[in-house]
Amino acid sequence: MEYLGGSVLRIDAKGIHYKELNEKINEVVLSGAKDIVLDNINGQRYIGDNLSGSDVKITINGVPGNDLAAFMDGPTIVVNANAQDALCNTMNSGKVVIHGSVGDIAGYAMRGGKLFIKNNVGYRSGIHMKSYKDLFPVIIVGGTTGDFFGEYMAGGMGIVLGLNSDLKKSVVGNYIGTGMHGGVIYLRGNVEDYQLGKEIKKFDLDDNDRAALKKHLSEFAADLNLDLKDIYNDKFVKLIPYTHRPYGKLYAY
Amino acid sequence: MQLMADRDYKISSACGVLGIMNENGRRFSGENIMKGIALMRERSNGLGGGFAAHGIYPDYKDYYAFHMLFETEIAKNITEEYFKLHYKFIKSEPIPTRQIPEIKNSPLIWRYFLEPKNIGVFETESDFVVSTVMHINQNIKDAFVASSGKNMGVFKGVGYPEDIGRFFRLEEYGAYIWTAHGRFPTNTVAWWGGAHPFGLLDWTVVHNGEISSYGINKRYLENYGYKCSFFTDTEVITYLFDLLIRKHELPIEMAAKVVAATFWSEIDRLPEKQKELHETLRIIYSSALLNGPFAVILANNNMMVGINDRIKLRPLVAARKDDFVFVSSEESAIRETEPVLDEVWTPKGGEPVIGRLKI
Repeated sequence: MEYLGGSVLRIDAKGIHYKELNEKINEVVLSGAKDIVLDNINGQRYIGDNLSGSDVKITINGVPGNDLAAFMDGPTIVVNANAQDALCNTMNSGKVVIHGSVGDIAGYAMRGGKLFIKNNVGYRSGIHMKSYKDLFPVIIVGGTTGDFFGEYMAGGMGIVLGLNSDLKKSVVGNYIGTGMHGGVIYLRGNVEDYQLGKEIKKFDLDDNDRAALKKHLSEFAADLNLDLKDIYNDKFVKLIPYTHRPYGKLYAY
Repeated sequence: MQLMADRDYKISSACGVLGIMNENGRRFSGENIMKGIALMRERSNGLGGGFAAHGIYPDYKDYYAFHMLFETEIAKNITEEYFKLHYKFIKSEPIPTRQIPEIKNSPLIWRYFLEPKNIGVFETESDFVVSTVMHINQNIKDAFVASSGKNMGVFKGVGYPEDIGRFFRLEEYGAYIWTAHGRFPTNTVAWWGGAHPFGLLDWTVVHNGEISSYGINKRYLENYGYKCSFFTDTEVITYLFDLLIRKHELPIEMAAKVVAATFWSEIDRLPEKQKELHETLRIIYSSALLNGPFAVILANNNMMVGINDRIKLRPLVAARKDDFVFVSSEESAIRETEPVLDEVWTPKGGEPVIGRLKI
């Protein structure tokens, strides 16, 4: 562990077990470190879990392990590589920026905060996200998604851009928004009806939607150093559930 | 009485799988795969680990290499008598091991290089070997075949995979395909024979998941003479691929569509010709469909294949670097063996990642 100038703290994580590493991170955050850089990360799990402090920033060089930023409440994590499964699991607030692609169930049960991914996500991203009062989770995927994007989604926002695709094919897989009963998904380009879960429908965007896209995509572009111009004016579709209680009648006589 | 995990109580979690292949048949030591699987230690619980190595016996490549596990001397003697009736002994020896404190209660572990004799007129050599394997596993008490192919072998046991690897001195072998498994047993008892990989002829299978169609698959395989004596999902997966690819001569792409069949709703949207093909596969092979979550790495001496269930309920990542192909439960395990990769991607559910031997 070495301190570099002001409050920047570098930790060489090569070969360090996640338990020891995360104890170290907790320890330095408690003692006031605000800017932490983790070098030579490879596969260490649970980084940033249950960590709080909205002025704390962690930069990760290397591929972090599963459950990055689970239950996190406030900090910003920037990953200069791909990330694995269950990213931002039940995260409360803060921001995670990935300069690469991620595995399955990214944003699993996210409660608030932002998850920005430059490239692609795997299956079931945004599963069971929800919003509550002023907590409103937002996932933005620069590339494309696997099947079941927004499965059982109950709140928040998911945006998929397909920047690496020519948009001839949809930017998402099948079973999108299956069981979704709250929140909103915006997809650049188009999506076929058969790709959608039974609980959601496609709509055109109105001015409020465009304003929301502009706001979030400007922040996304700035964080990932992308020049997206006025991409928010492109063709998008909006997906929302057409009932808040899709299964409300299922068990009723 | 000592409690046995998953016979007496259930722990649910996920196994770890990793496969590395050099498509030009260049052999490399077991060092790397041990490093990679060790990184995913959290995915196993010490109740099973193992490795498949293809290309390790070039000096004996014309003979069937039987890797055997015996619980007793008697089982060993009976098995050897049986071998002698049906095979010419080329060589037999204990598989070299290293005594380490992490690995306890190991059985007798031997290997035999054998040449079949007196093969029936109506029997192929492969079928002859398969019937030997079925006979030993089914009828000789306390004797188990870990692998039975040419120029390959399975090394497995109860322990963490990296410890099993050190126990078997895998750094001393060179193979062009290595697969590895760290086990977190869910439904069967942890014992040496039941660890992964499962082997038959030169097929090896490692698997993370749970096959809910086990009963249907088992009964289907019994019609073709396969006897499932290990009660593990890996066993039925291995026999299914042996049936589909070796006996029914399906290409791997098509066999993948049998075990991870195209959804009917997707078949409806296919062009006419493809529609007919996929409908036919689903109808003929309805009992060979693997249901439930799985990430499987299948290998034989010519290929390594990673495949998921159709809705990807278990993780699988693939990568390439020069003439190497990788498949793994986690990207970090691949990077532990090869930090800089040409390409990394997550395959879609049901779409196989195939590495092929080019020589």
